[in-house]
Amino acid sequence: MTLCRKAAASTWFRGSLAGLVLLVLQGCASAPNANPRDPWEPFNRQVHSFNEGLDEAVVKPVAIAYQDVTPSFLRTGVSNFFGNLSDVWSLVNNVLQLKPKESAETLARVGVNTTIGLAGVLDVATQLNLQKHNEDFGQTLGHWGVPTGPYLVLPLMGPSTLRDTAALPVNWQGNLIGRLDDSTLRHSLTALRVVDLRAGLLLTGRMIDSASLDKYSFTRDAYLQRRRSLIRGSLGEPNSPQEERYDLPEPVNKTAPGASPPSRP
Amino acid sequence: MLLNRRNWTRLVATAFGSSLNLTLPLARAAEEAPDEIIRRMSTDVLSTIKADKDVQNGDVRKIINFVDTMIMPKVNFLRMTASAVGRSWRQATPEQQKRLQEEFKNLLVRTYAGALSQVQDQTINVKPLRAQAGDTEVTVRTEILGRGEPIQLDYRMEKTAGGWKIYDLNVLGVWLVETYRTQFAQEISARGIDGLIATLALRNKNGAMTNAGPKKN
Repeated sequence: MTLCRKAAASTWFRGSLAGLVLLVLQGCASAPNANPRDPWEPFNRQVHSFNEGLDEAVVKPVAIAYQDVTPSFLRTGVSNFFGNLSDVWSLVNNVLQLKPKESAETLARVGVNTTIGLAGVLDVATQLNLQKHNEDFGQTLGHWGVPTGPYLVLPLMGPSTLRDTAALPVNWQGNLIGRLDDSTLRHSLTALRVVDLRAGLLLTGRMIDSASLDKYSFTRDAYLQRRRSLIRGSLGEPNSPQEERYDLPEPVNKTAPGASPPSRP
Repeated sequence: MLLNRRNWTRLVATAFGSSLNLTLPLARAAEEAPDEIIRRMSTDVLSTIKADKDVQNGDVRKIINFVDTMIMPKVNFLRMTASAVGRSWRQATPEQQKRLQEEFKNLLVRTYAGALSQVQDQTINVKPLRAQAGDTEVTVRTEILGRGEPIQLDYRMEKTAGGWKIYDLNVLGVWLVETYRTQFAQEISARGIDGLIATLALRNKNGAMTNAGPKKN
């Protein structure tokens, strides 16, 4: 499991990221039969295994220890606190996407949770049926039609795409923790946030470990689908996939037998 | 007409008494709407899990048993597997196709077994079905409501002679079959269909439910 993209990055990392993207663009010619959505697969796989190694060695053990030693109400409080901060950034992006209902609901969430919810530690808003609408700047770009671009695995931060990577500097501006002046507090909160995110992903990680034959392509395919559905919503999808029915006998003519959909246009 | 077919069946059933009790559930299953099937199945599954500590603790044998009785009758697993395997499915022998379905099912059951311990007070909300009369394929959209954000869970279903059957599943925007297609294709192009079967079998044998999960690179 890799670190979530939401994790705040330290300052030194911001500069090196731009350089890295350039390096990728120049250095990685795509392989002849590359996946069209993943032309930089060889590079991505290397970063993926670097991330995996780091995760196994440091981040995951810390997250497991955190889960073992802290009582669950405390962990919920921590998650809620960071969730409230991310709601602030979601609010900005809901507004940027001109979603009135979601914006209003998110504004109400932040208002309720920051005050009655004691700076976000209690998620009172959810109890009041105010739904969470997570949006980041990558989703905002996607909403306005910016294509995802190739899949990209970032060091420390994991799965991304070219578009989502380009959106990162803007997301960092919206990261309230990054704006704290006290550097000790800033770093501590960032570390806690990473551990909180990772602890929340332990079960998902175990499921991916058990479900995947090739963790890299499983993660990639799931990530790309997930982002697409977050941006477009599942409602835009057709009721049935337009694909050949391999479980039926091969169609002799163009028309497939039975209830299968017509062949691809 | 005063009596539609359903009323007619009921009338006949009442008239003939218990001798027809066996055929009635069958008739009902054949005409049950897809969203109704999902609603009933989800409710049954959730209450079974809540009531059974062994299932919650990930007892794989018990879970497979309950999947076979409660879920599989509603699934066209042949189509699901064939779709994940893709083009090579037609080249596979009947024996290989049988093995692929078995191992794929076990892989999925083992994967989800780990999540069952999380089932506590969740409920399921089936969204209104958006389909026209005469549709033979529909998507049933649901969400699992519990603590935190609702979890999106959608089903693609097709109308068959034996009623509506599930052939693909979407968790949080990710279609199950699509996610396996690349991995299966990779394995088949590297090691053939038997290679894929062997990999799946090994995966299932190694008890993927250990805490850290198998390490593989």
